[in-house]
Amino acid sequence: MRRARTWLPGLLLVAPSIVAIGVFVYGMLGWNVQLAMTDKHSEVAEGNFVGLKNFIDIWDLERWHLSVNHAILFTVVFVLGALVLGWFLAFLMEKGIRGEGTFRAIYLFPMAISFVATGIVWRWLMNSGTGERAVGLNRLFETIGLPQWAWFRDPDWGMAAMAIPAIWQMSGYVMALFLAGFRGVPEELREAARVDGCTEWGVYRHIVLPLLRPVTLSALIILGHISLKVFDLIVAVSGKQIITDVPAVFMWVAVFDSQDPAKGATIATYIVLSVAIFVIPYLIWTVRKDRRS
Amino acid sequence: MKAVRLTLLLAFVVVFLIPIYVLLATSFKPLTEADPSQAWALPQTWTLEPWRVAWEKLAPGIWNSVLLAVPGSLLSCALGSMNGYVLSKWRFPGADLLFTLFLFGMFIPYQGVMIPLVELLVGLNDLFGVQGVFYGGLPGLILAHVVYGIPICTLIFRNYYVTIPDELIEASRVDGAGMLRTYWSVVLPVSGPAIAVVIIWQFTSLWNDFLFAVFITGPRSWPTTVMLNNIAGAQATPYSQQMAAAILASIPTMIIYVLLGRFFMRGLMAGALKG
Repeated sequence: MRRARTWLPGLLLVAPSIVAIGVFVYGMLGWNVQLAMTDKHSEVAEGNFVGLKNFIDIWDLERWHLSVNHAILFTVVFVLGALVLGWFLAFLMEKGIRGEGTFRAIYLFPMAISFVATGIVWRWLMNSGTGERAVGLNRLFETIGLPQWAWFRDPDWGMAAMAIPAIWQMSGYVMALFLAGFRGVPEELREAARVDGCTEWGVYRHIVLPLLRPVTLSALIILGHISLKVFDLIVAVSGKQIITDVPAVFMWVAVFDSQDPAKGATIATYIVLSVAIFVIPYLIWTVRKDRRS
Repeated sequence: MKAVRLTLLLAFVVVFLIPIYVLLATSFKPLTEADPSQAWALPQTWTLEPWRVAWEKLAPGIWNSVLLAVPGSLLSCALGSMNGYVLSKWRFPGADLLFTLFLFGMFIPYQGVMIPLVELLVGLNDLFGVQGVFYGGLPGLILAHVVYGIPICTLIFRNYYVTIPDELIEASRVDGAGMLRTYWSVVLPVSGPAIAVVIIWQFTSLWNDFLFAVFITGPRSWPTTVMLNNIAGAQATPYSQQMAAAILASIPTMIIYVLLGRFFMRGLMAGALKG
C-alpha cells in the first residue's frame, strides 16, 4: 500500500461526495425505514416505535392490493414488450441497412422527452370515448374497422394499456443496447460456425443469442427498476385515479392528500425493497466481473 | 430479405411518429375544429393561438427549468469530474467498495428518500430562517439533483478517465505536480467528450424530472414538467393548448437530442448501468 501522503489528497477531494451519498442515500433510506416503523400517521403525531406493524397492516387495504397488482401487470407487459420490440428492431438493423442512423434516431428520440409531455398525447390517443365521442386511437380504429377499447380505464387490463406509452418511450433504448450487443459478436465466430455447416438460424441460435445474454440482463434490470417505481407516466396519463394506481402514486397520495408520513414511508420502503432485491445481486455480479477482467 | 426488413423498419417509423403527428396537428387547430370527428385531420385553418396561450401559461415554468437545469448540470459535472479523476487515477484504499456503494445510489427509487429529504429541506429553511428556498424553492431542488446525480456522473467520468494512460499522470507527478495541478493541466484539458456527455445527460434528466419537483417545489418555483401537468390536468384546457404546451416543454431537450445526439447516446450507454 502506498503511503498515506499519496492517497490522502484524493480521499479529501472525494470526501464531500462521500458525505453527501452517505447522508442523502444511505442515511435517508435508513431514516425512511425508521419512519415506516412508527405510528406517525399525521404531521403532528409523535411517532412511537411500532415495529413492522405498518408493513403488515397495509395488506389490509384494498387499494394497496390493487396498486401492487397493477404494478405487476404493468411491469410484465412493459418489460416484455420493450425487450421484444427493442430486440426485434435491433435484429432488423444488425446487418446494416441504408439510413440506419436515421432509423436509430427516430426510434430513440422518445427517450429525450419527459413522460409528462408524452403522457398528454397518449391520454388523447388512449381516450376511452367510443362512437360519436371517440377521439384518438378509438376513432382511428373505428375508421379502419377495428374494435374500440376502454384502454387504461379497463378495470382488468388497463395497466397493460398503460404500458404502451412506456414501451414506445423505452424500446429505442433497448434497441440501442442490443444493437451494440449484436455488433460486439465477432464476425469470425459467425464465419467459423458457417464453415462448420451451421445454418444462418443455427448461427443465431448457438452463437449470437448466448453472447447477447449479458445485454439482455442489463436491459432487464434497467427496465425492471424503471417499471417498479413508475410515477410520472401514470400521473400524466390518468392522474391519481384508483383504477391506475401503483405504489409510487399511492405513496404520493399518502404523503400529500392523507398527510400520513408513516404510511408513505412504508410504501416507499416496499418500493425500495422490490428494486433492491434484484439490483443488489446484479451490482455485486457486475463489480466481480469487472474485477476479473 | 433486405426489402422485408426495410419495410418493417419503415412501418415501425410510422407507428413511432404517430404521437408526434397528433401533437403537431392538434396544436395548430382552432377551437372550432375541436370536434372529435376531425380528430385525425390536419387543421383546415392553421392558428398559432394555442401556442400563444400555452406559452403564456408555461413561460414561468420554463424559466424555472432553465434556472434549475443549467446550474444543476454544471455542478454535477464539476463533482463528477473530480470524483471520477480520484477513483481512476488517485485511488485510495477502499476506493472499489466506495464506488460500488455509489453505484447503488443510481438505482434507488427516489421514493425511498423523499420523505426524509423533504423533512431535511424544511429543516434547512428553519435553520437559515428563510422560506421557499430549500423546501419550496429551486436551490433545494438543485441540491437534490446534484447529490443524486453524483453516482451516474462519477461513473461516466471514471469510465472515461481510465482510458487516459497512467504514464501521463506519472510523468506529471515526476515533474513535481500535485494532484490538483495534474488534474488541471493534464486531465481537464482532455475531458471534453466526458463533460459533454455528463452535461447533456444531467440537463435532460433535470429538465424532464417530475418526481423531485412535485415533492420539493412550490407554485413559484414549479419547473416546466409540473406546470405542464397542471395545465393538462385542468378540465378547461383545450387539447390544442395541451399539445402546444407539451411541445414547448420538450423543445430544449429535443434540440439537444438532434444537435448532440452522439453524446446523448454515449450517456445512455454509460447509463446501461442506470436508467
